Amino acid sequence: MMEKLIFGRYIPGDSFIHRLDPRAKLMGAIWFIIIIFLANNWLTYVLLTVFVLTAVKLSEISPKFFINGVKPLIWLILFTVILQILFTSGSTIWFRLGPIVISQEGLLNGVFIFMRFVLIIFMSTILTLTTMPLSLTDAIEYLLRPLAAVKVPVHEIALMLSIALRFVPTLMDETEKIMNAQRARGIDFGEGNVYQQMKAIVPLLIPLFVSSFNRAEELATAMEARGYKGGEGRTKYRQLEWVSRDTMIMVAFGLLSAALLVLRT
Amino acid sequence: MDIRFEEVGYTYQPGTPFQSRALHDINLTIKDSSFTAIVGHTGSGKSTVLQHLNALKKPTSGQVTIGDRVITNFSENKGLKSLRKKVGIVFQFPEAQLFEETVGKDIAFGPKNFGLSEEEGLEKARELLPLVGLDESFMERSPFDLSGGQMRRVAIAGVLALEPEVLVLDEPTAGLDPQGRKEIMDMFYTLYKEQGLTVVLVTHQMDDVATYADHMIVLEKGTVMKEGHPRELFKEAGWLSSMQLGVPSTVRFAHELEEKFEWIFDPLPLTTDELAQQMKDKLASKAGEGL
Repeated sequence: MMEKLIFGRYIPGDSFIHRLDPRAKLMGAIWFIIIIFLANNWLTYVLLTVFVLTAVKLSEISPKFFINGVKPLIWLILFTVILQILFTSGSTIWFRLGPIVISQEGLLNGVFIFMRFVLIIFMSTILTLTTMPLSLTDAIEYLLRPLAAVKVPVHEIALMLSIALRFVPTLMDETEKIMNAQRARGIDFGEGNVYQQMKAIVPLLIPLFVSSFNRAEELATAMEARGYKGGEGRTKYRQLEWVSRDTMIMVAFGLLSAALLVLRT
Repeated sequence: MDIRFEEVGYTYQPGTPFQSRALHDINLTIKDSSFTAIVGHTGSGKSTVLQHLNALKKPTSGQVTIGDRVITNFSENKGLKSLRKKVGIVFQFPEAQLFEETVGKDIAFGPKNFGLSEEEGLEKARELLPLVGLDESFMERSPFDLSGGQMRRVAIAGVLALEPEVLVLDEPTAGLDPQGRKEIMDMFYTLYKEQGLTVVLVTHQMDDVATYADHMIVLEKGTVMKEGHPRELFKEAGWLSSMQLGVPSTVRFAHELEEKFEWIFDPLPLTTDELAQQMKDKLASKAGEGL
């Protein structure tokens, strides 16, 4: 079940994209999601696609991964696309049945929506596949830092994020273990009607919560024993380093945005 | 009930870039009413083998025969429940599986899933508590108020309540004190002796293997390297250490005596009692010669 999930996993590598500063990648990915809404004609979409495919190529990761990333969302995408096609009114009408109208504009809109989804998924998949979760939290902490001026507890948020990320695989393992133990005691997960399925979750959830509480307590004790007193006055072991290629990427995003603004109709 | 592995292989996450082969070409038989120990270095595939014993995992190649059921990669999930009743597994740190409000209810949980009524389940719990070294006063207590060792006992009782024919133990004594360790292992041994239970023990404790097991399987890198009676396998101390495994303390001591005094132990002593008896005989005959 969880084995199929590619999205959000890191694949070690040493490509151009892997070596980029996580801040550059994070800002780039967010920036991309914003500017994709500028695109509104064929030329702009082709431009964006070329840009994303170049990034995929540079990441040196097999395109299979990106397609796998789209798969879990394919029904949502198709649903939206079909709604767009059926309910967009336009001047060139190809087919009409009651309130359902298929027009050229509708079809075009559908295709654009589809591309928008796929491009956003590709771009965020590049980010997660090439960036270690911990580097990502470092980047988030750095980018949130200005908010500390308005009393946002940036250090605490970053700490929680990195602990949470660290424990995702541990908790997944734990879940699997408890599931197996309860299966061996005669529970069938994912079988029967909705009520039975909900009931089967209880013997999984309670032990998971209990062990999380225990783990939290142990972790807090261990952290205190090692002298953790909060964010004030701490130094950093992992230093982020912004080099010229990161600036280059930002410039590339800038040029892309400018091109989109010029080419959109 | 015999359990037989034929050419079993298992690959995690096949078809993804994260795929890894955990088992390959495993052939082994766990005979009815035997006490089998599975040993191996960390990551040798012990736990994966264990999950095949009651079809929690299905082999990606080859087949596992459990009693009269054959499990292959294509077997359906239907009807596995009756299989799981026959093969009870005590997982590592089983105290993590407790969830009910009271100890009694938690032990009764398994039997209830297999069709017993609440009362029958509780009755069974009451019978089992003394067996695992707790008394009836525990019935109404919350499992989360107990000590680690007591929780472990409750969890084990929860598996025993299924009345399995085969009992699979994954390091049942890890993290227990020496006293608790011995008590729990002795309890399993009594069950094996008195009720004719088939026991499969996965462990790093070679002393336990020597004391209790009558068959030993050595796994390394996902396949069976050797199997046989512990007495035979422990003779090859050098080979075992190349598998990153040790020998029981009795065997180590016997080997030291062999080197120092040129004694020959035959058969190889596995338990302290056997060792003491053989040493006594040898000293007696020595004393006889001296006179």
